[in-house]
Amino acid sequence: MDEKQFIQYFAEQFDETDASQLTLDTKFRDIDEWSSVIALSVMAMCAEEYDVILSANEMENANRISDVYNIVKAKTNK
Amino acid sequence: MYNPYSLDGKTILITGAASGIGKATSIECSKVGAKVVAVDLNAEGLNALMPQLEGEGHISFAGNLCAEGFLKELSEQVPPLDGVFLCAGVSDTTPVKFITEEKIDRVMSVNLVAPIMMLKQLLIMKKINKGGSLVWMSSYGAEKVEPGLGIYAASKSAVNGIMRAYAKELIARKIRSNSIMPMMIRTELLSTLNNISDKNWEKQEAMYPLGFGSPLDVAYAAIYLFSDASRWITGTQIKMDGGSNL
Ligand SMILES: NC(=O)c1ccc[n+]([C@@H]2O[C@H](COP(=O)([O-])OP(=O)(O)OC[C@H]3O[C@@H](n4cnc5c(N)ncnc54)[C@H](O)[C@@H]3O)[C@@H](O)[C@H]2O)c1
Repeated sequence: MDEKQFIQYFAEQFDETDASQLTLDTKFRDIDEWSSVIALSVMAMCAEEYDVILSANEMENANRISDVYNIVKAKTNK
Repeated sequence: MYNPYSLDGKTILITGAASGIGKATSIECSKVGAKVVAVDLNAEGLNALMPQLEGEGHISFAGNLCAEGFLKELSEQVPPLDGVFLCAGVSDTTPVKFITEEKIDRVMSVNLVAPIMMLKQLLIMKKINKGGSLVWMSSYGAEKVEPGLGIYAASKSAVNGIMRAYAKELIARKIRSNSIMPMMIRTELLSTLNNISDKNWEKQEAMYPLGFGSPLDVAYAAIYLFSDASRWITGTQIKMDGGSNL
């Protein structure tokens, strides 16, 4: 799985945050515009781009972009 | 015994009868005297339901309500009906930016199109008795939308809209049409909602002074609407929210 591409997809769920501001280490909950709608969008993105269904529990326990990346990576063989 | 809510002598068709609200309503309707025609996609679930029905004369049909062939076959084979509970339904948690026509179709075809097409066949075959009652499963979600539930809300709002068309067009035959709009009811459907975490469920339930609803709560509302006790009620939406919107 391509890390850069994942960060790009992750960033696309925000309106005012650019991919250049994000790394796998970013604590996404600290980003000002983070919201429950963006959380849902990240889940929808994982389904659309990677065919991976994240549970609400998995999403809630994730803090860094790497946490989400690792779950998707573990569940996909792309 | 005096019971204005009795369904003695009435035959009620219930879709989505294999699970959740449809299942509970099937069992409760049989307990107050109805003959149940149970319909669902899930044949195993129907087989598990049938022995739980009280009394005699219940039948079941397994098939996909979105398939025209099944609707025709069903309408030909069912006995004349005094009530129809349009309960089969599916949910979806797609945020608006990710909506696709495919996703809209999946939800609309089960929640909206299938009930309309089934009733059309039943009416053509004259299978709905004079004085009959149609009960539609809408949802409180038609009015109070949570993130991700847009397509679902649209389908349930549409149900409320068309429900009134049946009330208007069928009133000459004293056939009534109403919908039920519950908030959170504990059923299998909730496990398909991947937008709510365990912690969040607790928070959600705390917002209901009377707790989450049970399938029985909806079953009792449906029984009222099928019984002669509600003979003056048509074109109405019954909201059930456990006091959470007070
Ligand atoms: N559970 C809730 O909180 C809640 C709240 C408001 C409204 N509702 C509505 O109540 C209805 C029943 O919900 P539930 O919670 O009991 O769900 P459920 O998932 O437990 O049961 C739905 C049943 O419908 C059947 N079904 C689905 N698609 C079908 C098809 N194409 N053909 C035949 N059968 C099909 C399924 O097999 C299943 O047995 C739905 O319309 C739902 O939208 C539920």
